[in-house]
Amino acid sequence: MQRIGVFVCHCGTNIAGTVDVAAVSESLGKEQGVVFSTHYQYMCSQAGQDIIKNAIAEYKLTGIVVCSCSPRMHETTFRKTAAAAGINPYMVEIANIREQCSWVHKDTISGTEKAIILGKAAVAKVNLNAPLTPGETPVTKRALVIGGGIAGIQTALDIADAGFPVDIVEKKPTIGGKMAQLDKTFPTLDCAACILTPKMVDVAQNDKIRIFSYSEVTSVKGFVGNFDVTIKRKARYVKEDVCTGCGACTEKCPQKKVPNEFNLGMDNRRAIYIPFAQAVPKVATIDPDYCMMLKTGKCGVCSKVCTAGAIDYKAKDEYVEEKYGAIVVATGFNPISMDKFDEFAYSQSKDVITSLEFERLTNAAGPTQGKLLRPSDGEHPHTIVFVQCVGSRCDSCSEKGKEYCSKICCMYTAKHAMLTRDKYPDTDVYVFYIDVRTPGKNFDEFYRRAVEEYGVHYIKGMVGKVSPEGKKLMVQASDLIAGKQLHIEADLVVLAAAIEPDKSARPLATMLTASMDTNDFFTEAHPKLRPVESPTAGVFLSGACQGPKDIPETVSQAGAAAAKVIGLLCKDKLTGNPCVAHSDEMMCNGCSTCEKVCPYGAITYVDKEFRMPDRTTRVRRVAQVNEAVCQGCGCCTVACPSGAMDLKGFAGKQIMAEVDAICR
Amino acid sequence: MADMERKREQILRISGVNPRKCMRCGKCTATCPSYDEMEYHPHEFVYMVETGEIEPLLKSESLYKCLSCMACVERCPRGVEPGKLVEAIRLVAVREKGGDRITANDIPALLDDEMPQQAIVTAFRKYQK
Repeated sequence: MQRIGVFVCHCGTNIAGTVDVAAVSESLGKEQGVVFSTHYQYMCSQAGQDIIKNAIAEYKLTGIVVCSCSPRMHETTFRKTAAAAGINPYMVEIANIREQCSWVHKDTISGTEKAIILGKAAVAKVNLNAPLTPGETPVTKRALVIGGGIAGIQTALDIADAGFPVDIVEKKPTIGGKMAQLDKTFPTLDCAACILTPKMVDVAQNDKIRIFSYSEVTSVKGFVGNFDVTIKRKARYVKEDVCTGCGACTEKCPQKKVPNEFNLGMDNRRAIYIPFAQAVPKVATIDPDYCMMLKTGKCGVCSKVCTAGAIDYKAKDEYVEEKYGAIVVATGFNPISMDKFDEFAYSQSKDVITSLEFERLTNAAGPTQGKLLRPSDGEHPHTIVFVQCVGSRCDSCSEKGKEYCSKICCMYTAKHAMLTRDKYPDTDVYVFYIDVRTPGKNFDEFYRRAVEEYGVHYIKGMVGKVSPEGKKLMVQASDLIAGKQLHIEADLVVLAAAIEPDKSARPLATMLTASMDTNDFFTEAHPKLRPVESPTAGVFLSGACQGPKDIPETVSQAGAAAAKVIGLLCKDKLTGNPCVAHSDEMMCNGCSTCEKVCPYGAITYVDKEFRMPDRTTRVRRVAQVNEAVCQGCGCCTVACPSGAMDLKGFAGKQIMAEVDAICR
Repeated sequence: MADMERKREQILRISGVNPRKCMRCGKCTATCPSYDEMEYHPHEFVYMVETGEIEPLLKSESLYKCLSCMACVERCPRGVEPGKLVEAIRLVAVREKGGDRITANDIPALLDDEMPQQAIVTAFRKYQK
């Protein structure tokens, strides 16, 4: 039998203005199990909390009901008060008579009546409450960062800086990601490589950071603080610890016709290659799809020229198993395919390119050594048309594009247009836009500079079609402000392709049981207040995997994710939420329904030996809840057909008692 | 006024177009092959129906200059389908008393070796009640 104390708060006039608090206190004093009932001006104040503490001692209370504001506001406060006075904090219930009562009612009679009913429900629940103790789990003090672009690099550096070991898993042969492919960065126009490569070197030299390049995560098990991850290290046919990165093999390899993905296929590389000069790790990789030795067994030139003896044609994929306390997803983005946009003739003409291809064309390390030349004939283009929003901001039913704004295109197009006019004043540069969106520090100023100082023609309207005619591209577009249809003879057309999450994100989300939106961007735990955490405990988000982002924003988010990881890894033990699911093994029929509905992967099935009444034993398959992973959402309790699943602190019978008290 | 509002409703119902979906990019007009022939262009059709300026559209020659090629419908990123709107307005125009654009008597004059007969049949079907 509980001994319950009821404490009704006035909250100044917030509650007392519409609710007769004395009447509430008096009425609840008569409820079953209530031995003490009072009211006070501000229960959350020190004086109010002292009233609770004194009453606990004086009346030997075992349960507390506080009729006050939302539990979101002060449940923690009153739980701490109870704990300080020696009562289990989970014996405290809050009846929300402010947000759900006094604030929404105007007259005192109905307000008081409702407050009493809400109080009765809370008393009914406390009568059935049991003390709960949160479990503790140890924390593996190592973090995993999936993706080695600027997001992953920054997160890893920040975590390592705090003294925790970090592993980066990158599927490409080198870290660096998209930023390594860029030429200049807006709005300050510093060279991307100049600011990125020192960070890549920092990663390589940091003894807390290990890089698993050319590797992929293939399985994730476990839970926050204790993830078991399998990493596939794809065979690169070059011993990573032996190769010196001298590049002799990449010059002698006879297979010269391999499209170079780093330059987006605009030039060729060899079958053995180092993606770019500043690659980290600077180790060669053999492309098994093109290597003659691997395909036909005839060649072996690279092995002959390699003075270090690093070539190993017999290498196999290896699987590494590691334990981590936290996982950061930094899988990044890609431009969408332009194949379905026939109107822009992307697949018909080499001179219609995407903005990322334009980056490579203007990059000193690119296929043209930074000279802006037409891909078709290598001539200098004089008229360049930029088309914005290609595949962004489409109808939700669109099969070609995305519904969202890709966010970065307005700025990089302004950058491309400005730099082109700066380097080649003899060019005519047109930018067709629907809206120019430049919120960001010094962003709009940058765009205006492109227009006012560099004379880029910004035209409000869209390009309708591009048709290759001889060496020219005929661009038909509308100028909505002048009310004209324009026909421009262009030499080069640049499409600002929408960006989408990397294709590896969806299978990874499944492995992590992390949620995604309809566009395959990872969902954050709260869009405003928990923007770098996934709803799955221990999984954090960094960069464009969570939504379109530019570099400054990505770096900020990467640092924020690192801070969250550090906060987690600093703890020796994790205290769980004790309000978790619990299965009654005697009632469980082993149907697996709960396992299927659990969004967090907290439920597993075990074969367990049970002693029968006749002293025989029997093995039955029963559900087991991992309390460290369970978030107490209650899906399983609803799905369980045999009624074996229940939520501690929110058991079916407790909820029913509340409902009964309200309906009484 | 009430009559115009009724016609606007009728146009929206026939076409199934929601002009509010338009984000004013002008791609429809950019892609239109009849641009030079038209007084009002596809994006203006959408905008004017949205704001209720139906009367000038009903009287406009543009209704008969539209080739119904549906390039604007195909290219619109927002799925607004301006071409269907033009069709619907033309239907409303020809359904009015005396609104026939073409009668059987006009056909002999139109016949020549250059013009495919199919085009005349189509025009007859489209421009007449």
